[in-house]
Amino acid sequence: MGQVTDTLPRSREARRSPGPWRTAAGDLLRNRAALAAAVVLLVVVVASLCAPLYAAHIAHTDPFQSHVSGTTVVDGKTVPVLTPSSTGLGLGVTPIGPTWDPAHYFLGADNQGRDVMARLLYGGRTSLFIGFTAALISCALGTVVGVVAGYAGGAVDAVISRVLDVIWAFPVYLLAICLSVVLLTNGLRLGPLTVDAGSLWLPVAIIAAIYVPYIARPLRGQVLVLRNKEFIQAAIGSGAPVPRILRREVLPNVLPTALVFVPLMTALAMLTESALSFLSVGVQPPDASWGTIIEDGLGLLYTRPTVTIAPGLLIALTTAALNVLGDGVRDALDPGARLRGGV
Amino acid sequence: MLQFAVKRFGSALLVMFAISVLVFLIFFATPGVDPAARIAGRNADPATLAQVRHSFGLDRPLPVRYLLMMRHLLIDRDLESFVNRGSRVIPQIVQATPVTLSLVIGAALIWMTAGLLMGTAAATLRGKAADPLIMLVGVVGVSLPAYWLGEVVNLITQKQLHDSVFSWVPPPGYVGLAKDPGQWALHLLFPWLTLALLYAGIYARLLRGEVISALSEDYVRTARAKGLSERRILLRHALRCSLIPVVSLFGLDFGALVGGAALLTEVVFGLPGIGKLTYDALQNLDLPVIMGTVLYAAFFVVLANALVDILYARLDPRARHA
Repeated sequence: MGQVTDTLPRSREARRSPGPWRTAAGDLLRNRAALAAAVVLLVVVVASLCAPLYAAHIAHTDPFQSHVSGTTVVDGKTVPVLTPSSTGLGLGVTPIGPTWDPAHYFLGADNQGRDVMARLLYGGRTSLFIGFTAALISCALGTVVGVVAGYAGGAVDAVISRVLDVIWAFPVYLLAICLSVVLLTNGLRLGPLTVDAGSLWLPVAIIAAIYVPYIARPLRGQVLVLRNKEFIQAAIGSGAPVPRILRREVLPNVLPTALVFVPLMTALAMLTESALSFLSVGVQPPDASWGTIIEDGLGLLYTRPTVTIAPGLLIALTTAALNVLGDGVRDALDPGARLRGGV
Repeated sequence: MLQFAVKRFGSALLVMFAISVLVFLIFFATPGVDPAARIAGRNADPATLAQVRHSFGLDRPLPVRYLLMMRHLLIDRDLESFVNRGSRVIPQIVQATPVTLSLVIGAALIWMTAGLLMGTAAATLRGKAADPLIMLVGVVGVSLPAYWLGEVVNLITQKQLHDSVFSWVPPPGYVGLAKDPGQWALHLLFPWLTLALLYAGIYARLLRGEVISALSEDYVRTARAKGLSERRILLRHALRCSLIPVVSLFGLDFGALVGGAALLTEVVFGLPGIGKLTYDALQNLDLPVIMGTVLYAAFFVVLANALVDILYARLDPRARHA
């Protein structure tokens, strides 16, 4: 080693290493695709946060109230928001289509006469909230489980690994739907923790739980390798207590991998939430998410496709941005990190 | 090797047993959930509830109920649905299986072909414009919601362009292969393409990474030193080793899809496959059907996992002792 440092230029040798986190941040800032993705995400997040402002001050509407007999103004003329449809079974209504006027149903109305644009912004809040919190909880839980299993070894590891195997062998959507169907009737009661059936925390808990093996498995593998490294052996030999070894020696080494998974998991969690909501076992009315809006739009698919297309495009845009950003974070922090499926 | 295979299948059986217990507990032992109330309807009086409980055997202890259900499902094979009394579970699953197999096998052929071509092309064209373009297609594929893509495809083929370009597209539904192979393929064409688009990108990205790292391996340098052509090095050496992780991922995805992960595609395109059967049963809390389909799903996933592990052990002796 000594010889190698001697051949380096003096200035390089004298300068202190910037440390792994700062190097990674620098790498990320130089990654143009990741930066562009971050900007897209920022725009989506800010727009969603502004949903109440848009509803109250621009569209002047309450997107959670139906306006079955409401009217609006298009090109200076007053028109009804919903018109009884002349075709089909005669039971349906045709809502107003996109007017491209932010003050009057910019993207049209849904079958209850609610402003689709305002609902999209509110839906974005819900979808982003569920995706991000579920991903964070999943990554945190997965890290704890993976580190404990990998470090403890023996019977603890065997039990945890078998439990993870069982969850892993379940197609994720099936498991999520099973849990949702049961919990939606009665809510979740786990000791002191109570979650109401209609609460947004229910899909968060379900999605977070089903993806724990995705995080725990690769981290357990990393900890198994780390355990045999000299610095861990040295810490054990010097009599450091286990919690201290986990916190000071093991955790800092697996944290980059856990962080890499956050954006990728957020994308996965958002897709899962939207699928559950689409199957009406996710977000429950009166709350809206992008998935529930797509479901609302299904009956109008052939007459007012915007109601279905707009939220789907937003989901695709957001998850694509999260995936590109996630790739950037991975390249910067831990190029070898792989979620299930190698991507 | 044989010992490893036996051990692996043993643990696969254990996992399936655990899954059946887990599903049973989710539906019967979650606090506050009463399957009898769900069967009896919304405002059933206590007497009706008690009667329902008795006639469905819900008043017996949990372990007995579990064993009875498994006996009817696996040994007597006469387990009946809770919702449509008299309709048996196993024939329903047997009827739905060919639909799901048709969908998944067709889609798998398309996505593997497309994924292999795109991945190899991206790896060989690294640094040129085509590489990021191909990878962009990959990102789009993983980011699209499956059911939404299906709806948009329906919108285009059934409505927007149905009078011009897509007048030959039949309405959503399924026609058996034995009945009319032409109609079978025609009905499944768009479901195949939709499902394949979601997976092709993942495989292209995975293969690209593997080929690129294989191309810097020593054995590729040796092959170059021997004077082999780049084409031969790529196809006979680099690609061959890169295919191992692709094949193992394929095993897992295929197992999950046959087991019901294609649920959203089936629902959107009106295909009466396993996913649709499971979904309908879940909506009604029809536990015997759910039990049947979930065990069936777990069977495929666990089998695929075990086969992939054994294949790995066969290719790489180090994995046998992991």
